[in-house]
Amino acid sequence: MKRRNFVKSTLLGSMTTALGIDIAFGAVMPEGYTPLALQDPDPFKMFDKDPQMVVLNDKPWNMEAQAHLLDDKITPNKYMFIRNNGKIPETIDVDNWTLGFDGESVKQQKTYTLNELKTNFKQYTYQLTLECGGNGRSEFDPPAKGNQWTIGAVSCATWTGVRLKDVLEDVGIKDNAVYIGYHAADTHLSGDPSKEPISRGVPIAKALQDETLIAFKMNGKDIPLAHGYPLRLIVGGWPASASGKWLNRISIRNKVHDGPKMTGTAYRVPCKPVAPGEKVKDEDMCIIESMPVKSLITYPKSGATIKKGSSFNIRGHAWAGELEVSKVEYSIDFGSTWKTCQLEAPANRLAWQHFKASIEFPQQGYYEVWARATDSNNIAQPMLLPGWNPKGYLNNACHRIAVKVS
Amino acid sequence: MENQDKLKESIRQIRLLMSTIFIIFIAITGILVYLLIDPSLSAFQSSTPEETYAAVPGTTIEEEDDFDKIENGIHLRTGFVEGDGLMLVVNNCTNCHSAKLVTQNRMSKERWVATIRWMQETQNLWDLGKNEEAIVNYLATYYAPTAKGRRQNLSNIEWYDLEN
Repeated sequence: MKRRNFVKSTLLGSMTTALGIDIAFGAVMPEGYTPLALQDPDPFKMFDKDPQMVVLNDKPWNMEAQAHLLDDKITPNKYMFIRNNGKIPETIDVDNWTLGFDGESVKQQKTYTLNELKTNFKQYTYQLTLECGGNGRSEFDPPAKGNQWTIGAVSCATWTGVRLKDVLEDVGIKDNAVYIGYHAADTHLSGDPSKEPISRGVPIAKALQDETLIAFKMNGKDIPLAHGYPLRLIVGGWPASASGKWLNRISIRNKVHDGPKMTGTAYRVPCKPVAPGEKVKDEDMCIIESMPVKSLITYPKSGATIKKGSSFNIRGHAWAGELEVSKVEYSIDFGSTWKTCQLEAPANRLAWQHFKASIEFPQQGYYEVWARATDSNNIAQPMLLPGWNPKGYLNNACHRIAVKVS
Repeated sequence: MENQDKLKESIRQIRLLMSTIFIIFIAITGILVYLLIDPSLSAFQSSTPEETYAAVPGTTIEEEDDFDKIENGIHLRTGFVEGDGLMLVVNNCTNCHSAKLVTQNRMSKERWVATIRWMQETQNLWDLGKNEEAIVNYLATYYAPTAKGRRQNLSNIEWYDLEN
């Protein structure tokens, strides 16, 4: 059954109940006709999201969190950002779902059913940070094209699945394997069935990491539809677009994967720094790999007014792509002085780390609390925007909240 | 004997205490379970009459009349700003993607043209023909970039009292 029709038929029933009336001519409504009330479904109900989430785009669906919504140590579905390049598949035949392996560098083509994946391989659970490559795009000047993400396109849920490396060992890959590329069941916005909306991947070394999963559970439950049900590739610490949703095929390539959104300006940045607004040739663009060090103050929400002398506790998360965060500091004087926050170790590699601090303000007035994380290579977040790039990726500038002391 | 009576008495008291605690426990559990089922306590509130609207033919016609309604300079259905070329943009730029993908972006004329070329080369956008100029002019006029600098002030702060 097509999902939309299912929703429609159940909604029609419940709508008449809710309205306490019968829809006139309900029985003779032409097939394919949807009553106006149902044409614009509530995305928060449809995706089980909190109404404080911000919809950036409704075709395709793109939705982000606000900083204070991301306070949980493990991000629940209701606060997890949605990023889509194409249309969410309307039909998911979970009983006949398969994952195929092909490409120049497989020893043999092979296909697994969901059940075979779940029973033939050992299962692992990791908490993994997924951040959209374009998180923070809205701040670039000149503006960069695309969904104008602010700070909320990041999550850190637990993902359960089998290791891609275990499955690849079973498939058998040749020595000349360079890259993997995923393929999925989402459809192109233009409706052209010959086009894939997105087909990205990662170098073979990243694919073979312990934490790279073929996942079928998020936070202990079936993956929600908007996040890739029933199967998703999970590549923590890299742009979340490498974690293909509705996964049904993986190609083992003998060259860098060249699917849609692997070339041009998509998920690529200038190999050498450029001036803001500068034109960059395709051959001078490099694929984004690990995401940069970053942090978010998730408590309290920006805009707190407090009494002078009362204690002010902040907390949040910090992450550093492929690396670990070694230090988080805060400043209440626009970076003139920094104090160290308490920082926890990650739940596992590639999970975000929690920090907290207790702050005293010297006098009444307007303050901003800025947080700055430093990674294990001693690279810190910039207070200003990092290097401009044509599509506005990798904005890891410090997050800040406003506070008034009265 | 006296000791035995005392013992009986304390056993009686303990039993009484136990059963009281048990009854309180059951009562609290009951209330919690009810709250779980009906968190808004709707059963205790007087029912408000439901808003009545039905998909009667008259309403549908009205909705169609309002399909391209403009209010306060905004094309309600899409969120586009009113201006020369509006309907050309609505008809050519919202078939595949939402108008929100356009209205959240700010580009110069040159970059709007480049975006159209990219969509034509890779995303199946058709040739816009003689309409292209009007479309690009509309976009470059109403969705032009403004200078933001290297970091902006925090804006739209909603102030609230934070209690400890």
